[in-house]
Amino acid sequence: MIMTEALPTFGLASAELVANAPTMRTEALSKSYGPITVLSDVALEILPGEIHAVIGENGAGKSTLMRLLSGYTAPSAGYLEMSGQRVQFDTSVAAEAAGVVLVHQEILLAPDLTVAENLFLGREVSRGFMVDDREMNHRAAKVLASIGAHCHPRDRVDDLPLAQRQLVQIARALLEPRKVVIFDEPTAVLANDEVAALLAVVRGLRDQGVAVLYISHRLDEVEALADRITVLRDGRMIGTWPAKGLTQRDMAELMVGRKLDMLYPAKRHASSAEPLLKVENLVVDHGAVEGSFAVQPGEVLGIGGMIGSGRTELCEGLIGLRPSQGRALINGKVMSHRSVAAWQAAGLVYLTEDRKGKGLLLDEPLASNLTLQALDTVHGRVTLDRRKETTALDKAVLDYDIRVRSVHLDAGQLSGGNQQKLLLAKVMLTDPAVVIIDEPTRGIDIGNKSQIYEFIDKLVRSGKACIVISSELSELVGLSDRVLVMRGGRIVAELTGDQITEQNVVYAATSGEAHAARGTHP
Amino acid sequence: MTAAIAPSSAGPRRIRLADTGPFIALALVVLIGVLINSSFLSGTNIANVVTRSAFVAIIAVGATFVISSGGLDLSVGSMMAFVTGIMIMTMNRLEPSMGSNAIFAGAGIGLVVGALCGLLNGLIVTVGKIEPFIVTLGTMGIFRALITWMSDGGSIPIDRALRDPYRPVYFGNVLGIPVPVFLTLIVVLIGAFILYRTKYGRRCMAAGSNSDVARFSGVSVAKVRTMAFVIQGLCVAIAAICYIPRLGAATPTTGQLWELQVITAVVIGGTALRGGKARIWGTVAGALILEVIANLMVLSNLVSEYLVAAVQGVIIILAMLAHRFIK
Repeated sequence: MIMTEALPTFGLASAELVANAPTMRTEALSKSYGPITVLSDVALEILPGEIHAVIGENGAGKSTLMRLLSGYTAPSAGYLEMSGQRVQFDTSVAAEAAGVVLVHQEILLAPDLTVAENLFLGREVSRGFMVDDREMNHRAAKVLASIGAHCHPRDRVDDLPLAQRQLVQIARALLEPRKVVIFDEPTAVLANDEVAALLAVVRGLRDQGVAVLYISHRLDEVEALADRITVLRDGRMIGTWPAKGLTQRDMAELMVGRKLDMLYPAKRHASSAEPLLKVENLVVDHGAVEGSFAVQPGEVLGIGGMIGSGRTELCEGLIGLRPSQGRALINGKVMSHRSVAAWQAAGLVYLTEDRKGKGLLLDEPLASNLTLQALDTVHGRVTLDRRKETTALDKAVLDYDIRVRSVHLDAGQLSGGNQQKLLLAKVMLTDPAVVIIDEPTRGIDIGNKSQIYEFIDKLVRSGKACIVISSELSELVGLSDRVLVMRGGRIVAELTGDQITEQNVVYAATSGEAHAARGTHP
Repeated sequence: MTAAIAPSSAGPRRIRLADTGPFIALALVVLIGVLINSSFLSGTNIANVVTRSAFVAIIAVGATFVISSGGLDLSVGSMMAFVTGIMIMTMNRLEPSMGSNAIFAGAGIGLVVGALCGLLNGLIVTVGKIEPFIVTLGTMGIFRALITWMSDGGSIPIDRALRDPYRPVYFGNVLGIPVPVFLTLIVVLIGAFILYRTKYGRRCMAAGSNSDVARFSGVSVAKVRTMAFVIQGLCVAIAAICYIPRLGAATPTTGQLWELQVITAVVIGGTALRGGKARIWGTVAGALILEVIANLMVLSNLVSEYLVAAVQGVIIILAMLAHRFIK
């Protein structure tokens, strides 16, 4: 890829930062698997007391770099230095002993054990033959307090909200004093208010002089947090820049190596046609979530609100995945029996936010994933038609730009972005009139994001309708023609036209009165 | 993942070594058989072995459905005894009025009863939302007690007048193939067709692989799983139909511990016990492996035949270990 236009030029790291000796340094660090080089010639310096962000598209080599730094993988060439000493980590345990710890993206905790039991799992404090619960609970409480976690050491992990579990996971990494802490997309599963708390923890670490390496897809977070930013692209290190002076747009352009067109497609004109889908007084989970809304052809209806505000529940209730009451019409026809299959036949499908847990069969090939929801389309007179299935897959691969080494891979072997496109292709195979997409771009890189936005735009321009649930404010605002904001299981605001701003969404989602009377519930 | 888009013609379909495992193992066991005893490969012995494996193979086809859809059925052995008892009693009752046609009527009743037994298991699992292990542990006891009660602790013999006309169903041949083997082949072919070529089969695997994904894709997981149990019941009834002429009676020990043989056959055949992967031909190979080993132990004097179950136990563990390391 070639930089088509001059990007802002940046000097090397600013003088006061260079003055510090780096806590960790890599020299010509490379990793190959057989003939395939996934990372080459990385020269990274992480200073004490800085937050150093690493950004790059999926497949740019971020996770490989992380694994090399934290002892999960050995480099093929090059080496690591800690405080000027050359080191080699054969295992993650060795890396941790040297003060380098990786905070995993997935939450790896035993749900039935308590917080303290999880923190000390595998390194229990014992007194004689017995584990010393009192000591462990005491130490756990100290660590939890230091990062502002509000859970008790004796709480069962299963009973904690996601954000608290994430903090427990971080606490586990910080049980011993650390020199380098590496975060792998720690906010991927958190809502906005929870993110703020986590960022405070990261800043706290920096202020204690820890060298923090922070990997994230969320450029707004990187902008708010990082002191310096290193960009990886296609397994190569593009450079390191001070964060001051880099806008999110600059970062995105450095990541993809070209000027970005507008990330979001232009808004469409409001249509006055009869609504495609009309939902009246829907009551989900016996009253926990309620709402009425409608969506016109040619419209993207956004649904915003904090995680836990009932957005997903509302849509899952509508589609028949949760107990619900109320009236719903599609194309003017009342749906008396509401199940996923019945809705699908009537022209409404729901694309889940949990693509790994509820969207795709990770151990099954791409073709059977693609056609699972629309087996009729690849059915001959008596049996499934393998040839039709192959054709459908080839078409989906082209239409949705799913990039795969071989079409015989299992779905679990694809990158997040390609999985999301496969999932999209899967639900679109049912040829719906209305699509509900829950978190359309969670955890995927910016290139894939813009493709998905384009796709949604094309879809609604063809006279269909799309409901987008999103926790990413810029996405919600950039994509939607109309936004409903939910709080506490109710729709509290409806924003149209110029009212659709990030501030208005946040305000309605967290506090205050509704901005518009329409769609408001008592 | 930045590689170029590969059209489906390019890129070889992965051949999974693990999938060929059961067949290699079967070939290996047969080879050992030939080395140990030259009469192993004789026509009568082979026919005998394959015929004896028919019951387990037929029931195991049903178990492949249940297991791949995410269930488990421990009740098949007892259900087999129960269905056998009902069939014999029906045939005996109808014989005076219908003559040898009573066999057909009895077989029909057997299929219905088998399907109903499966439906019972399935509904308790799906509607009652109880672990299949527990449900079928319960019905296993129920069916076993019923056959013991029906036979008053002794046996339910089939009417003398029906023995001769019914005999060919176990001892006869079709096109030179023993009838039970022929039936097994038909059951396996139908099973493979349903599993690999129909919507139901695809949904079965989806339900077993990840029931949430199936649910979100509009698949009724409850229906799919219930249906798998019904298929299991039908398979049990088919096995019972060709089992009756062999011994001519149902007893409280009929089919005892068969559930373990069946599950063993399915699992060494490569079907994942956690669901989602069904290998129906592997199941057949598994059933054959078990029977060949038992046969070899009888033919040779190397190991006491009292240890058959021990050797089969070793085989299932070895098969699982091999599976793990090949992966």
